[in-house]
Amino acid sequence: MEIFALAEHRQGRIRDVTYEVLAAGEKLALDLGVACTAVLLGADVVDFSRDLAARASKVLIVEDSRFEDFNSVLYQRVLSFLIATHKPVLTLMGHTALGIDLAPSLSVETGLPLVTDCIDLSFESKRLKAVRSIYGGKIHAAVSLRESEGYVATVRPGVFAPAPARDEKAGVVFEASPLQSGAPGKRFVEYIEAPLMGEDITQAEIIVSIGQGIGGPEHIPAIEEVAKNLGAVLACSRPVVDRDWLPKERQVGISGKTVKPKIYLAIGISGAFQHVTAIRGSETIIAINRDPRAPIFSVADYGIVDSFQNVIPFLREKTAGIK
Amino acid sequence: MNIAVCVKRVPNTEEADLSIERAGKDIAKDHLPFRLNDWDGYAVREAALLRDKHGGDVTVITVGPEESKEVLTRCLAMGADRALRIEEPKAADGRLIVETLFRVVKDRSFDLILTGVQTEDDNWGQVGVSLAQMLGFSHASIVTDIDIVTDRVTVRRELEGGIDEVLNLALPAVLTIQTGINEPGYVSLMDILDAEDKEIIDLDFREIGVPDAPPDTRVDAVFFPPVGKMAEILKGNPEEVAARLTEIVKKAAGRS
Repeated sequence: MEIFALAEHRQGRIRDVTYEVLAAGEKLALDLGVACTAVLLGADVVDFSRDLAARASKVLIVEDSRFEDFNSVLYQRVLSFLIATHKPVLTLMGHTALGIDLAPSLSVETGLPLVTDCIDLSFESKRLKAVRSIYGGKIHAAVSLRESEGYVATVRPGVFAPAPARDEKAGVVFEASPLQSGAPGKRFVEYIEAPLMGEDITQAEIIVSIGQGIGGPEHIPAIEEVAKNLGAVLACSRPVVDRDWLPKERQVGISGKTVKPKIYLAIGISGAFQHVTAIRGSETIIAINRDPRAPIFSVADYGIVDSFQNVIPFLREKTAGIK
Repeated sequence: MNIAVCVKRVPNTEEADLSIERAGKDIAKDHLPFRLNDWDGYAVREAALLRDKHGGDVTVITVGPEESKEVLTRCLAMGADRALRIEEPKAADGRLIVETLFRVVKDRSFDLILTGVQTEDDNWGQVGVSLAQMLGFSHASIVTDIDIVTDRVTVRRELEGGIDEVLNLALPAVLTIQTGINEPGYVSLMDILDAEDKEIIDLDFREIGVPDAPPDTRVDAVFFPPVGKMAEILKGNPEEVAARLTEIVKKAAGRS
């Protein structure tokens, strides 16, 4: 019996979420008294296998030149094969661009029940149970799955703390690639990364960040003035970029930038996990939001529960000339 | 280009004071306003833009209660040509919703099916990709750009860290749409009034042959997240809290 934990890599590097998935898998494996196997589908895997062997109890590798970039069709073909032959009690992966593209179709093909975006997982008398964060993080739901010989689950990034690397290395097993052909119906073309046009928010000591709670772009100049007074750069959460109030390079979040400033001042940001995960490294987080239940207040050090419109005029006045 | 868009009506819980209903398995929703799932709005708009460019028509589909017709009317006002509603199977989970949608779309020869990446309420994010697998269609999730050339579609997918990837897929395909893919169009009162004249077709899930199967997943209980570290909330009038905040910033920045 074993648990599969799928390793994720992109542009020649193992992604950090891999170690979180492994941590979640190892914890469950310990509870069940089974092994947790890191499953790696890769093209050039020597370095990857060393990293994984220091953190998993077992490593299973399928090497194929077609695995240099992720393709859900090819991953699914190989994982279905591995699941059919190894019968893992659970196949775990990150709730990431990879897992979101793969887990649902893998679940349908294998007939194994799926639970996504989990913040906790456990087995109770052989049935998988999960805790999920719903309604924008305001509510948690305990979910149980039907009885099954196996399950597919994705875990929320930034929740399971990765274990440190060990000195003793796990055994590495190579299996021949079962891929007979490519995937003409889904072809990878290229990666695109927009060049930086303005200030690099990842280098800022102080960040003033705005969310959709500011209501409209007409409020940006007043907030920008506070930022200027503080010597801060202006950043934002995803909805602000979606509405074209600020350019994409100002976006803080999983799909944007991860920041670690001395001070992060969040204005009108509710605190979706995609945003919060990317600001955890900040030394001091301050939030202004009129909703006292906004999840941002559970990561902030200081909070003001009020409309930003009441506070900003005074903040402009108080911060004038302090830089 | 015949396009289907799968949509959902969801409660707006932003800035709402939530409470848990008596059975403890969901939040109380009677006092909450409902709306079209944010992601789905972008999908409907994108479908209308693609239809305007390539011809064909747009069908919006929802699995949900009678009240879902409000959001279907909104979708029609945003440019969809027709709307279908299927009553939700009892105790439906994501998989049963997908099975239901599968039976509705499989014989209607769509070239493209769009859904939002996920819903605002319970964010499972499984419908589009599961549906593609059942139909044998190609799929891409978290799509931020669509370019159709004859029988193929080139899409941009949003990855982590500000990177996108470009994929080329065979049609028919299912794409899950990310917010920000287009600029939401203005929906006027006239659009809404015109949409109210368009037909919304009701389908009964028993007639379309959805198996009476138990769901894969069940919510046992919902609860408020455990209170961890909470922010120190600054007290006082706006001027006082602004002064206090300024002092905190000065100190944290090492300037006092």
